[in-house]
Amino acid sequence: MNLDLALQSAPLLLTGAVYTILLSVGGMAFGLALGFVLALMRLSPAAILQRVARIYISFIRGTPLLVQLFVIYYGLAQFGLRLDPITSALIGFTLNIGGYTAEILRAAIASIDRGQWEAASSIGMTTAQAMRRVILPQAARVALPPLGNTFISLVKDTSLAATIQVPELFRQAQLITARTYEVFTMYLAAAFIYWVLSSVLAWAQHRLEARTSLHIRDR
Amino acid sequence: MGMVEIRGLIKRFGTTEVLRGIDLTVETGEVLAIVGPSGSGKTTLLRCLNFLETPTAGLIRVGGIEIDAAEPAARRKAKVRELRQHIGFVFQGFNLFPHRTALENVIEGPVVVKREPRAAAEERGRQLLAKVGLAERADAYPGRLSGGQQQRVAIARALAMEPEVILFDEPTSALDPELVGEVLATIRDLAEERRTMMIVTHEMTFARDVADRAVFMDGGLIVEQGPARTLFSSPQEERTRRFLRKLLEREGAPQPR
Repeated sequence: MNLDLALQSAPLLLTGAVYTILLSVGGMAFGLALGFVLALMRLSPAAILQRVARIYISFIRGTPLLVQLFVIYYGLAQFGLRLDPITSALIGFTLNIGGYTAEILRAAIASIDRGQWEAASSIGMTTAQAMRRVILPQAARVALPPLGNTFISLVKDTSLAATIQVPELFRQAQLITARTYEVFTMYLAAAFIYWVLSSVLAWAQHRLEARTSLHIRDR
Repeated sequence: MGMVEIRGLIKRFGTTEVLRGIDLTVETGEVLAIVGPSGSGKTTLLRCLNFLETPTAGLIRVGGIEIDAAEPAARRKAKVRELRQHIGFVFQGFNLFPHRTALENVIEGPVVVKREPRAAAEERGRQLLAKVGLAERADAYPGRLSGGQQQRVAIARALAMEPEVILFDEPTSALDPELVGEVLATIRDLAEERRTMMIVTHEMTFARDVADRAVFMDGGLIVEQGPARTLFSSPQEERTRRFLRKLLEREGAPQPR
């Protein structure tokens, strides 16, 4: 364990961590948007939309994220679609998170009692108003714990972007290791930063869950 | 011309015919009780009126809005929403929005659907909560209210839309016995204001005292109707008599504790 080296390398590692954070936040935000659309497709009465969404979700969940990233970065390049590493990674994480959060959101929305839809309709709300004002706030509370877990997994999974040359945290550790041969120190330092990031997220998740269940605690 | 008019209403779930041709008129200011054994179609009738269930066939008119079940769904959509704004619906299970306080539940419709200014809606909302005896609980979440209080908030929520007719679907069936009275008292107050109401209920004494007219349903049909007092005291049809006798026996029997 070489503490000096670890400290010296801190700026590089932290630059990498910035990419890690950007990829995580970006992938989660865009992925949630995609997941919401897919969830609505799954819940829609149109059979064709349901099927398209189901096949997409099944494909995303049934294939390794690493392979998905390779298809986007290396695979598409073969057809002349050369995306830079960060764009490729962001697209890959978005598509992947979309598939996972779709199921979480669908289940959360479906878990809300039918009476809530009926009460919203009975005062003349449109489907969109009922969704926004009545269903989603309640579904959010149900979805928050699994979404938080997905987010934390994503932070760790962004390390896969190292394989397509994204200069994120793990990639920085690899580069320093190649130069210094301090394998243990550098990878442990990277692991430590991942741990800090995940812990902050877990804490934020906890806070958010407590806030959204105020009316429950109020009982 | 009545406030509510139902013509030839038929509702099928798959091959089961739950409503087999209902014709019914409710006059402005009239309180109509709908009674009958479970499975007779009374709740479905109420739910068809504001299209929580889509009728298979028939015609429904409330105030100036008339909808024929034969109309294509796409064209019907806007009219159904309009219709629902004129109908208050009180559910058996209250269906309050649990993430909103009592007051927020009441003003949700006026603010979101009717686009009333929030301050005005809140003022009226507080008056409505006071009217149902819950002025003090305006800021409580439904989870902190008793069943009876929740149902009274639900009634205030329905009133907030200033409906022309209010439908009650077994409003006291989900309540503990000791909480039934407060909800019935609230409905009784509304009856005294001459509001147009249709009440599906198993509370026969209440129905007899409060309703102007009563309808007895069985097997998806209206078997008998007439002034509430007459229907309950001297029913003409054998099926009505048998149903009422059974209920009276149960009400008269010593309550198991």
